Amino acid sequence: MTSVADLMAYDEVLDRFDPVLGLEVHTELNTQTKMFCGCTTTFGAEQNTQTCPICLGLPGALPVVNAVGIESAIRIGLALNCEIAQWCRFARKNYFYPDMPKNFQTSQYDEPIAFNGWLDVLLDDGSVFRVEIERAHMEEDTGKSLHVGGSAGRIHGAEYSLLDYNRAGVPLIEIVTKPITGTGERAPEVARAYVSALRDLLRALNVSDVRMDQGSLRCDANVSLMTKDATEFGTRTETKNVNSLRSVERAVRFEMCRQGAILATGGSILQETRHYEEVSQSTRSGRIKETAEDYRYFPEPDLVPIAPSREWVEQLRATLPELPWERNNRLKADWNLSDEEFRDLVNAGALELIVATVDAGAPADEARSWWVAYLTQQANTRGVELAELPITPARLARVIVLIAEGKLTTTLARQVVDGVLAGEGEPDEIIAARGLAVVSDDSALLAAVDEALAEQPDIAEKIRSGKVAAAGAIVGAVMKKTKGQADAKRVRELILERCAEQ
Amino acid sequence: MSLPTPSGGSASEGRAISRGDVAHLAKLARLAVTEDELDLFAGQLDVILQSVATVGEVAADDIPPTSHAVPLTNVFREDVVRPCLTQEQALSGAPAAEDGRFRVPRILGEEQ
Amino acid sequence: MSSDLTRFTAAELAAKIQAGDGEVHAFLHVAAEKAREVARGVDADVAAGREPASPLAGVPLALKDVVTTEGIPTTAGSRMLEHWVPPYDATVTARLYQAGIPILGKTNMDEFAMGSSTENSAYGPTHNPWALDRIPGGSGGGSAAALAAFQAPLAIGTDTGGSIRQPGSVTGTVGVKPTYGGVSRYGLVAFSSSLDQAGPCARTVLDAALLHEVIAGHDRMDSTSIDAPVPPVVEAARQGLSGDLSGVRVGIVREFSGEGYETGVTASFEAAVKQLTVLGAEVVEVSCPHFGYALPAYYLIAPSECSSNLARFDAMRYGLRVQLPGAGAEEVMSATREAGFGAEVKRRIMIGTYALSSGYYDAYYGQAQKVRTLIKRDFDAAFAGVDVLVSPTTPTTAFKIGERVGNPMSMYLADLCTVPASLAGVPAMSVPSGLSADDGLPVGLQIMAPALQDHRMYRVAAAYESARDAADGGPLINRIPELEAVKA
Ligand SMILES: [Mg+2]
Ligand SMILES: [Zn+2]
Repeated sequence: MTSVADLMAYDEVLDRFDPVLGLEVHTELNTQTKMFCGCTTTFGAEQNTQTCPICLGLPGALPVVNAVGIESAIRIGLALNCEIAQWCRFARKNYFYPDMPKNFQTSQYDEPIAFNGWLDVLLDDGSVFRVEIERAHMEEDTGKSLHVGGSAGRIHGAEYSLLDYNRAGVPLIEIVTKPITGTGERAPEVARAYVSALRDLLRALNVSDVRMDQGSLRCDANVSLMTKDATEFGTRTETKNVNSLRSVERAVRFEMCRQGAILATGGSILQETRHYEEVSQSTRSGRIKETAEDYRYFPEPDLVPIAPSREWVEQLRATLPELPWERNNRLKADWNLSDEEFRDLVNAGALELIVATVDAGAPADEARSWWVAYLTQQANTRGVELAELPITPARLARVIVLIAEGKLTTTLARQVVDGVLAGEGEPDEIIAARGLAVVSDDSALLAAVDEALAEQPDIAEKIRSGKVAAAGAIVGAVMKKTKGQADAKRVRELILERCAEQ
Repeated sequence: MSLPTPSGGSASEGRAISRGDVAHLAKLARLAVTEDELDLFAGQLDVILQSVATVGEVAADDIPPTSHAVPLTNVFREDVVRPCLTQEQALSGAPAAEDGRFRVPRILGEEQ
Repeated sequence: MSSDLTRFTAAELAAKIQAGDGEVHAFLHVAAEKAREVARGVDADVAAGREPASPLAGVPLALKDVVTTEGIPTTAGSRMLEHWVPPYDATVTARLYQAGIPILGKTNMDEFAMGSSTENSAYGPTHNPWALDRIPGGSGGGSAAALAAFQAPLAIGTDTGGSIRQPGSVTGTVGVKPTYGGVSRYGLVAFSSSLDQAGPCARTVLDAALLHEVIAGHDRMDSTSIDAPVPPVVEAARQGLSGDLSGVRVGIVREFSGEGYETGVTASFEAAVKQLTVLGAEVVEVSCPHFGYALPAYYLIAPSECSSNLARFDAMRYGLRVQLPGAGAEEVMSATREAGFGAEVKRRIMIGTYALSSGYYDAYYGQAQKVRTLIKRDFDAAFAGVDVLVSPTTPTTAFKIGERVGNPMSMYLADLCTVPASLAGVPAMSVPSGLSADDGLPVGLQIMAPALQDHRMYRVAAAYESARDAADGGPLINRIPELEAVKA
């Protein structure tokens, strides 16, 4: 257990070292069936009800590759600007572990399906950082073990373990970056932003559920430090079990501070696997292996090579949706926003909400104004994220449409939105229930106008004498009388008409 | 571990396989070999490995390896769900089961 | 079709095996009930005047215990799977049932198909019906012995480096390793994935061809299965029975002769070649210079793949588990694998582990894969000039039980002539070529053909078989000494 005293201050780490990162992201594909068998992949089924001879590794069973798994891998590779292999194979990664039915993982070794790519990552200050991609390869997930006895579910001290192989064989794509250098103080941020950007990308491709909380997106963070004058990378650690974007950032920062402290006192970093612990926001050492693992990779003889034709690759390229950064550029242009305005909107978590509101029929500027002004205020007051506010883009869009149709004033609209946030239902229901409709009946308005003119004869006179600007006071009075339910523009027209008649 | 070192493209000049080498291989392969077997296998593996090392005599630098005798590519399956085994069938061969899961002795190592 | 096929009903054979397998020990498990059920289905078809499911409907068969059978134990000759009952049928099993073929039982074999004598079975050796103190070959000694002992007219074997052909040779029966990918491997307990191939075993070439057509053909469950029509082997066998081989070019592999070949084997081979000439074949000598490296390449590739394939036997999900109270999973795994695997399996796992290790891969496994390429090229070059290649199937006749047990290398030499075809994935078969003048035991003639040209070797084999039977005054198998159980 690393105590705070064993950590170097972050600023000091940066004074003395340059961090080097390497990120490995495993994402479960959202195919209907597993990578090598026809078992369904639905999450959360009863244990060991989604297995067959193949994914249980029964004697005699053989794998057959899921075509959609290959397509997804190629599409991911293309979206990451990778080259797609002309010819590649699966390999067996041999090691014994009870959650792996065959005691080898069917994976790819020196022949990944996609390699040499990059992903541009948007940082908080609006700048773009390019992360180079080493490779994206296909493999299969393991089963899940439950450790019984000892301290709650932990592997250490358990009396025995229980295995569920429903997840065994679910397709995984492992995406590995090249060493990420030159981040300086932003290393933790780059790590988070990269995983975040990758998640958005995979979501846009519709190849994965990308649920970090359910384990369908998992990140391993390799961190090392090199002294400022060094020419070679330092020894790295690999931190596993990093299950949220925030944890990615914290794990990297923690490792930098931990390694800095060790190196500063002349110690050396042990090349090891570490585990991120959510509660303490720290990493702890895994079991130290006496010998380096020898996976004895060799080409999987039960599967034949994959040779994607260039035609097929181009067909798949044509299926790529608009990618997140392309979409951002388009939206920025469409909405006529500066880089800064757009970045603020992204940072506020408003982008998707605005897009959805526009999709539901609202003009973009109105949608943006509501989300970044009034609703951001409401979210701040409540201490929640914008997306957590109990209002759907569709309901907001309805409110905006009603304003445009002259059926709500801005004042009324805020009351309707307040009603939605209070859980009172659809905007139209709230308008009816609270009696918030704009008074559009001219006779009712005229009565109020006449009343106001009569109450302020001096102002009425001014208007009649041509001082049209004086009408504002009467408008205000009428609005008061109608409790804001009148359309101010119409009221003004009626006042001027009335004064002209007399 | 000191296993016979293949030198100069030919693996045939290797030294003998020692008891320690056998112990290491057995550990990698999860075989709890006995003391007697260490001696027996050290001798036999040495003879066999010396013999098969003659593949190194063939000059084949420019020869591509053959992993599959019959050259096929792109054999795929449609992403269509097939019936699974029932939980009972899945567990039918299990040495021990509990609560619909395979029960195994406590796992000491870390996940990979 | 051979008259033997209908000599006994499935029920009679099952009863005969149950009563009298003591001397031979060809079977590990007799599945009389299921066999009767399938036979009754065939009877019902006949009674109702329906077309039989196949030409072999109702003809009983012995299945090597490496092929999975739902509800019927499958041990692969190993203690590791002593009580394992698979929840699924292999594709081969399913095709046999579809053809109305009753499976009498599961036959003995070297553990996980590793061996050339069936002495590596965890359940005791099988004895050669020609001479009970001799091995029946291996790994499929049980299937071959069942044929020779008249316990079953048909059998299925699997051949990784010769496990169908060599037992066929030493028991005087026909054994065929089809083109790799010709018969589905789905449900074959894997030994070496890139080499394993199931095939027919029978007493005559035509019976083998009929069975070949039942089990062969594309299977979507096996990625290495070839999606092409089954070679017309039955037609070729019938054509061969006419005895005319004119226009057929036969190559003798020069490398398969000389030291290590018994005189009786060489004499039998030479007589067979002469017979082929008499039948009209044009015989030439060809050289396959890399065949000398086939055995070492094979004994690197097969153990490497087996070290990985057999990793799944770890006491966690099925099969044997050694009870070690308080021990962790890793310890139980190691203890179980130590107890559950025999010496030969352990040897091969360790050799394979070694050959795949980082630092050794290139010189061993990698180099063996290159040799494999060279052997394929040798075959390509040879088949450019000839239709089929011939050689003795194995350098010796059946050796004595126990004779080679302590010397793994001498055991491996039994595969000398059979492994090149395995490495190249080409079809090869063994057909009886008479009895050795040395010891009166059967000798086999190996015939090899290019990939997917399985029918070529059937034609040659059938022609040779008919000529030899005519010369001998009947099938070789009729000269087998009667077993006590049969006499009784
Ligand atoms: Mg991986
Ligand atoms: Zn499955």
